[in-house]
Amino acid sequence: MIAIIDYGVGNLFSLVSSFKAIGVEAVVTDREEVIRAADKLILPGVGAFGDARRKLAETGMDKLVLQEAEAGKPIMGICLGMQLLFEKGYEYGVHDGLGLLKGEVVSMEGVVPADYKIPHIGWNGLIIKRENPLFRYIKDADHVYFVHSYYAKNCDDSLLATAEYGPELTAAVTKGNIYGCQFHPEKSGNVGLNILRGFADL
Amino acid sequence: MITKRIIPCLDVRNGRVVKGTNFENLNDVSSPVELGKYYSDCGADELVFYDITASSDGRKLFTDILTQVAENIFIPLTVGGGINTVEDFDRVLKCGADKVSVNSGAIRNPDLIPRAAEKYGNQCVVISADVKRVNGEFHIFAKGGREDTGMEAISWIKRCVENGAGEVVVNSIDTDGVRGGFDLELLKLVCDAVNVPVIASGGAGCEQDFVDLFKEIPTIDAGLAASIFHFGQVKISDLKQTLKQNGITVRI
Repeated sequence: MIAIIDYGVGNLFSLVSSFKAIGVEAVVTDREEVIRAADKLILPGVGAFGDARRKLAETGMDKLVLQEAEAGKPIMGICLGMQLLFEKGYEYGVHDGLGLLKGEVVSMEGVVPADYKIPHIGWNGLIIKRENPLFRYIKDADHVYFVHSYYAKNCDDSLLATAEYGPELTAAVTKGNIYGCQFHPEKSGNVGLNILRGFADL
Repeated sequence: MITKRIIPCLDVRNGRVVKGTNFENLNDVSSPVELGKYYSDCGADELVFYDITASSDGRKLFTDILTQVAENIFIPLTVGGGINTVEDFDRVLKCGADKVSVNSGAIRNPDLIPRAAEKYGNQCVVISADVKRVNGEFHIFAKGGREDTGMEAISWIKRCVENGAGEVVVNSIDTDGVRGGFDLELLKLVCDAVNVPVIASGGAGCEQDFVDLFKEIPTIDAGLAASIFHFGQVKISDLKQTLKQNGITVRI
């Protein structure tokens, strides 16, 4: 069973429907015992880094996620949920992330060419950097759906895939049992469902 | 590289998809769930559902249908029609919409866009502008294209973006339903005025119209159409091949 962590951030409807569509049991929950009993965790999130980080702390989910990560449970962050896995975020001030991955989350402003629109919204091709079971059912250049204005940089050895938007921006990361997608697999058609299947089959 | 998006628009009344020419003479076409699935399977990059129901019963039916669509289709969904308050945003987002498109609601209530953007983020708020030429000027029309607000279109769209709209749908009433091509003159002006994604709507009659759109206006992000897709004049999978052959980046 996969637990989708509910800490009051974002719309979890599509994630639940996606897992249902691929026949994987997934529940939205904020209950500690359910999260501890789950095989895998999803950390979702939309909105601003600081606000989401504060809600993670207020609900006690930050400590729980860190403990489960330490215990080796596979955890995947999606969109802002991925960004929260890093050390720091620079959206409306400087905020500490969960620090499960090396790197920081910064604005695209001044990084992408001036005629590129921010947010980066739409379908973009994945540039897969190395093999990983998360992507076992998809291939290089498959398209996924992005909506974001901030991106993770200096990810070092966790970098799994990028997408070209002027420069290459971090699209997916993994290190050990920690996974993250900047894009929305639950909105990326069959490719996205196949990534969720890849996560479920880890 | 980011791709140009092809977006079918489904007008929904009493739970069924309809499409009119110049907003009138509506014809029933199909079920939103079936049609949505069909479009998703043949490569649509996003779907827009427009609720043109007037009654509250119809509105309830719409949200039920929307939930069914969102349970079965895993591409972005935008919902418009009858969005007048932040509570309306909440209502459709809870049913699985990703973005909410506002039109008359934003004209009546200038606070709607900033308040919704603050609560849900700019990426969630789409301004849908019905635009028509009046004495050589572009005007914003309200109430499904029936009422001239007298407001100059480009400056009004710019203001909406400054207030938090993260995307703009430009629907040219002059070219809508005529199938003579998109309103390139108007779309160029909008693309030059804002730095958020712009979606062209109104006038597509054949594949070449989309090629012309993306070739003539490289900064446009997406082309939206309804009847040519619903009645099968243009197949999305064929359209995307044609665009690719013309050097336009698309998702295939």
